[in-house]
Amino acid sequence: MFHWLEKNPFFFAVGVFVVIAYAGVIEILPNFAEKARPVKGLKPYTVLQLAGKEVYKKDNCIACHSQLIRPFKSETDRYGHYSLSGEYAYDRPFLWGSKRTGPDLHRVGNYRTPDWHANHMWNPKSVVPDSIMPAYKHQFTNVADLETAYAEAVTVKKVFGTPYGPDIAPGKAAYEKELKTKILPEALKIAKRMKRDDLVKMVEAGKVPEVVALVAYLEKLK
Amino acid sequence: MQSNATLEYDYSIVKLYMWTAVIFGIVGMTIGVLIASQLAFPSLNYLLGEYGTFSRLRPLHTNVVIYGFTVSGIFATFYYVGQRVLKVSLAESKFLQALTKLQFGLYLIAATGLVISLGMGITASKEYAQMEWPLDALIVVIWVIWGIVMFGLIGLRREKTLYISMWYYIATFLGVAMLYLFNNAEVPTIFFSGGLGAWYHSVSMYAGTNDALVQWWWGHNAVAFVFTVPIIAMIYYYLPKESGQAVYSYKLSLLSFWGLMFIYLWAGSHHLLWSTVPDWMQTMGSVFSVVLILPSWGSAINMLLTMKGEWNQLTENPLIKFMVLASTFYMLSTLEGPIQAVKSVNAIAHFTDWIPGHVHDGVLGWVAFMIMSGIMHMSPRVFKREIYSKSLLESQFWIQTIGVVLYFTSMWIAGITQGMMWRAVDEYGNLVYSFIDTVSVLHPYYTIRAVGGLLYLTGVFMFAFNVFKTATAGRRLEQEPRYRSPMA
Ligand code: HEM
Ligand code: HEM
Repeated sequence: MFHWLEKNPFFFAVGVFVVIAYAGVIEILPNFAEKARPVKGLKPYTVLQLAGKEVYKKDNCIACHSQLIRPFKSETDRYGHYSLSGEYAYDRPFLWGSKRTGPDLHRVGNYRTPDWHANHMWNPKSVVPDSIMPAYKHQFTNVADLETAYAEAVTVKKVFGTPYGPDIAPGKAAYEKELKTKILPEALKIAKRMKRDDLVKMVEAGKVPEVVALVAYLEKLK
Repeated sequence: MQSNATLEYDYSIVKLYMWTAVIFGIVGMTIGVLIASQLAFPSLNYLLGEYGTFSRLRPLHTNVVIYGFTVSGIFATFYYVGQRVLKVSLAESKFLQALTKLQFGLYLIAATGLVISLGMGITASKEYAQMEWPLDALIVVIWVIWGIVMFGLIGLRREKTLYISMWYYIATFLGVAMLYLFNNAEVPTIFFSGGLGAWYHSVSMYAGTNDALVQWWWGHNAVAFVFTVPIIAMIYYYLPKESGQAVYSYKLSLLSFWGLMFIYLWAGSHHLLWSTVPDWMQTMGSVFSVVLILPSWGSAINMLLTMKGEWNQLTENPLIKFMVLASTFYMLSTLEGPIQAVKSVNAIAHFTDWIPGHVHDGVLGWVAFMIMSGIMHMSPRVFKREIYSKSLLESQFWIQTIGVVLYFTSMWIAGITQGMMWRAVDEYGNLVYSFIDTVSVLHPYYTIRAVGGLLYLTGVFMFAFNVFKTATAGRRLEQEPRYRSPMA
């Protein structure tokens, strides 16, 4: 049959490449022509929320939690409206997950409050007695990396045209300004709603604990 | 396959990768047993502070077993099989020989970087592509070196026809290269923000649904080109070699090879069924997944028929046991996968423990069994010593087989139970169970899985000990064994 190919490694390799690349050209590329369009009214993540998303990635919540509500009644009853493609337009990377050891979180902001999260992250069993989720106490003392989150906002604005205002600009000075006028006040509001004095004190001292950023992010998931 | 008596092959690089496979196997699977136990007994989350939670350790497990254990196994077997089927020794080209050493050095650096960064929580968070951009760049270099050595050896070869295993190694090289580059396209933030923030941080080139598509196009094909294609390369060499039987059908090999290459890449969207990915892609993924049974079973049946008339070897040689069971597990997981890819089944199976169940009947029963039998087959040849203990190998086989069976049966039950409970409604159409009910019910199955994992890990330790003893204390061999590996 193909005996010629097995003696000619060059053409063999070309053959393999063509055969495996073919599917990508037909199946994957078409979707890229159609750029991800945000649903109406979708706002990009604030810098604080981006920092929270980094905490979500760092402690790898995605190992156990999905962010994808499938269009079945049993899922919409449990978690809310099924997920729409346009809701993910600013998600780089996507965080759908592949395993639900814990429940879906795509709309968790609709039915949990910051103080519930505070108790839950400190000790899950205090709010869900049978929970097998680990406690994340270190998030209450580790300080969130706001500068990297800010760098991310600048990058996605410049490279992908994510609609941030003119304040999100490169350089240390612009960052310091954003920190004072936007990020810290936003964090303070969240910290107060989490009802823990230690968190409020840390934010007032200019240090945002990881858990505050994380809760800002979880609150955005609606 | 004629005798290779005249040529002196250079096994130094083979030995290095054999040892890293053994070590990463132990490390990765120890973490596997730990995380399996954490799901059954959550208090085990606090052994290492912030670094010891299930969520931090899970990617460490997957990355160490994939990029450590499996990839070491691929390189070790390639450098052994490649030299022999091409009839050319690495010692004939100082350049290629030096490149293999360079590659090994870089590989160690990348592996160390991987373990440290994932431990610290530095991650791009895409499954099986968690490494941040500096490590990604290093991986590309390692891969390119491998390509140069592979095609360099091919250029120098004495045997003109490429043996079946070589087809699969070439495909591994090309497939991973293509998919890896696309999926890891990312923008380092430090270059665009005027030097702000962490230097290693990046954002994905793609957003949302597009990112998901590229990711699972990669994720699925990481399964194809790391857990399937190079493992088939191994079985096509080691099983005929160990049994002294010719491959049953060359035509079937050709058909399965080209079939697998063509079909595999289409199936990636079966990871995204019922998601926001366009419907036609989901259906394509489902359909091609089902067709994928043909080339998969083609290879597996070809291997089983290779043993035709020689089934007595199954009782006499534990290595044949390992390899025959491996191809059987391959058949099991390539039947199970397409079933899960049917949309109505996936509606229940997705997000549940049935998926890790499917993963591990493949990786434990097929991938790890083949890598371990490959290493065992090579040991007498590269160390020029008899395998240290046959009875140890025999007990390892049974202990691990029980381990795999406990693992996947418990996860099948757990997954289907959970999938059914999530959707259960009462006579008025209200959900019957709260989410936590569906977690508590899994406790016994998580415990059984942890026990199964522990058995399997015990087998890995027995294997490591056996290889180590073979290398240091096995009876010396005068002559290279031709087929069946000698064991005491
Ligand atoms: C002693 C043996 C092992 C044990 C006990 C074990 C245990 C586990 C556990 C508990 C998980 C997490 C499942 C979950 O999130 O619910 C996991 C995931 C995984 N393991 Fe293992 N593992 C073992 C060996 C291996 C080997 C040898 C490989 C590959 C060569 C492997 C590849 C994977 C992969 C790819 C996943 C991710 C699965 C997914 O996302 O669905 N494991 N393992
Ligand atoms: C005909 C061949 C196969 C088909 C059609 C197939 C199909 C599937 C399907 C439908 C899923 C579940 C996706 C989901 O709902 O999340 C899956 C997951 C997976 N399969 Fe297979 N499978 C096949 C063979 C294999 C083999 C041989 C292995 C490994 C040795 C393997 C490893 C995996 C892994 C690692 C995942 C988990 C991905 C994740 O969620 O992290 N598969 N496969």
